[in-house]
Amino acid sequence: MLALRANGAAISTRADRVGLGALIVAAICLVALGAGWFDGPLNAVIVLVLALVVVGVLVLAAIGGPEARRLLAPYGLMKPGLLWMALFFLAPVWSLVRISLSTKESRFSVQYDFNWAWQNYSKAFSDFGGQFQRAFLYALIATVLTIAIGYPVAYVIAFRGGRYKNVLLGLVVIPFFTSYLIRTIAWSTILADQGPIVSVLRSLGLVGVFEFLQIMENGKLLNTPAAVIGGLTYNFLPFMLLPIYVSLEKIDPNLVNAATDLYSTPTAAFRKVVFPLSMPGVFAGTLLTFIPAAGDFVNAQFLGNPNTTMIGNSIQDQFLKQNNYPVASAMSTVLMVSITALVLLYTRFFGTEELA
Amino acid sequence: MNSLRSRLARTGLNVFAGIGLAYLFMPIFLIVLFSFNKPKGNYNIVWQEFTFDNWLSPFSQPSLTAALWMSLRISAIATVISTILGSMIALALSRRKFRGSSVINLLLVLPLTTPEIVLGSSLATLFLGQTFVNFGFITIVIAHVMFQVSFVALTVRARIRGFDWTLENAAADLGATPWRTFRLVTFPLVLPGILAAALLAFALSIDDFIITFFNAGSTVTFPLQIYGAARVRIPPQINVLASMVLFASVALLVIGTLRGQRSEAVRAMRGKRGK
Repeated sequence: MLALRANGAAISTRADRVGLGALIVAAICLVALGAGWFDGPLNAVIVLVLALVVVGVLVLAAIGGPEARRLLAPYGLMKPGLLWMALFFLAPVWSLVRISLSTKESRFSVQYDFNWAWQNYSKAFSDFGGQFQRAFLYALIATVLTIAIGYPVAYVIAFRGGRYKNVLLGLVVIPFFTSYLIRTIAWSTILADQGPIVSVLRSLGLVGVFEFLQIMENGKLLNTPAAVIGGLTYNFLPFMLLPIYVSLEKIDPNLVNAATDLYSTPTAAFRKVVFPLSMPGVFAGTLLTFIPAAGDFVNAQFLGNPNTTMIGNSIQDQFLKQNNYPVASAMSTVLMVSITALVLLYTRFFGTEELA
Repeated sequence: MNSLRSRLARTGLNVFAGIGLAYLFMPIFLIVLFSFNKPKGNYNIVWQEFTFDNWLSPFSQPSLTAALWMSLRISAIATVISTILGSMIALALSRRKFRGSSVINLLLVLPLTTPEIVLGSSLATLFLGQTFVNFGFITIVIAHVMFQVSFVALTVRARIRGFDWTLENAAADLGATPWRTFRLVTFPLVLPGILAAALLAFALSIDDFIITFFNAGSTVTFPLQIYGAARVRIPPQINVLASMVLFASVALLVIGTLRGQRSEAVRAMRGKRGK
């Protein structure tokens, strides 16, 4: 018993390494189990390793004394949450990629053969290339529009809101307390042929102008690309507006005063002081808007037509209606990889450390 | 001249912000308005005549009410689990830098930079390949906790960033056990942040459509019910329930703001008395 204690004391100074190691091993075990790396009896071994690691850390904490407990505590606190994410976020990504490279015997079979079936990817690109392009194009336009609308509104609230700041901020958030789907369906009513906007445009004789601008098609506003982009812009506007507001709110007004005291024009003060300092907000807002917009299928479904479908519509259709899991998984994988690549590039060029 | 131009620009910007706010409220106005409509056909999209009937019978659509109840149950359970797991991560991350914390930060941000459709479809591929659980209540809860944990951990961590950890040492110096220190010092101080995170997680969960859609099986949550109804028949009760949720959250917001102002006023008065 004494020997064990001495041993424990020796380990306890390096307890943080043990804690981190145990966490990583347990996470890998769960990914292996969830993603089905091994079959049959080997899985029992994995479960055994998992149990040993968890019990081992507990034993170390019990015999290692207060110093070991202090070093182990953060890993213990994080373990349940991170293991949940290992099993239900990391392992699924693995199984997604795996199924994207598998073939299915028939449409209704549940058996997959993993055989490096790259044809799923060539099928995804050849059949759904247009949907990929539209997803990224619509998401990009919607992101630019959310900046164009969200930035001035955030600016006015942050710098001229005064004592009504919180009320105005509340007004921005309140519309988003109603369900996402109901909001989008409401837009389909507003944009409908007999809806208010089209009626006003018709009575003002502006339909031709809007058709020229390619916002309307054949006298219709609903079921056009503009409607889909408009819906995306509306639904993701707060994700742009709020981060911009937070970064504008942090700016010390004295900096702007200093600039104008030094004979800077208000425009130059904005361009050289306020705008650069608000970039972290624009950066975070762009990620929070572009990523969900590129994967969305709700707006395209309720506000678009069959020629405005985005990649989300195709994934949803192939996965849930056609039961074509391999091709749907291939499309999901391509979307995930391209978004990750875009985020990394974007972070490299415009990055701030404030994201995490 | 210059001042006139800058004043014009100023007013122009304010008008633009006003239009922006009006734009945000356009569909909301329509949703509330059409909750008082008496629709002729299956679709509640053309204004017919004013009625209170829908508001007097908000729960007359059994499938809609059942879906709402299901959503509330799923979100409540998922929020409790994710708030506990996420707050534990945040507490661990906020004390000091330790080995591996940057990798863990990355793991927490990843679900936020992954499109929902990828999260939903990949989790569904995990459930497809096993025989332990069927798609339904449990898989939806698992899915919701998965994306909520990140939000909770990051929100709580941001809220307790400025926390003075030496207070814990002070408690320990005064002879408090670690558990007593946590219960009487740490927990009350981090509680507001945890509650804010739980509220956010609940809001995200109850409105989630895309991830739920992939992992629901035949279980119907409120958003799924609306999605199904939109293709067949949209009863005005959907508008009534949506308006109720809206008014309830507005009321909560107003109460919260008023209470915040009052406590600020109390603090200001105490400050004066101190002088």
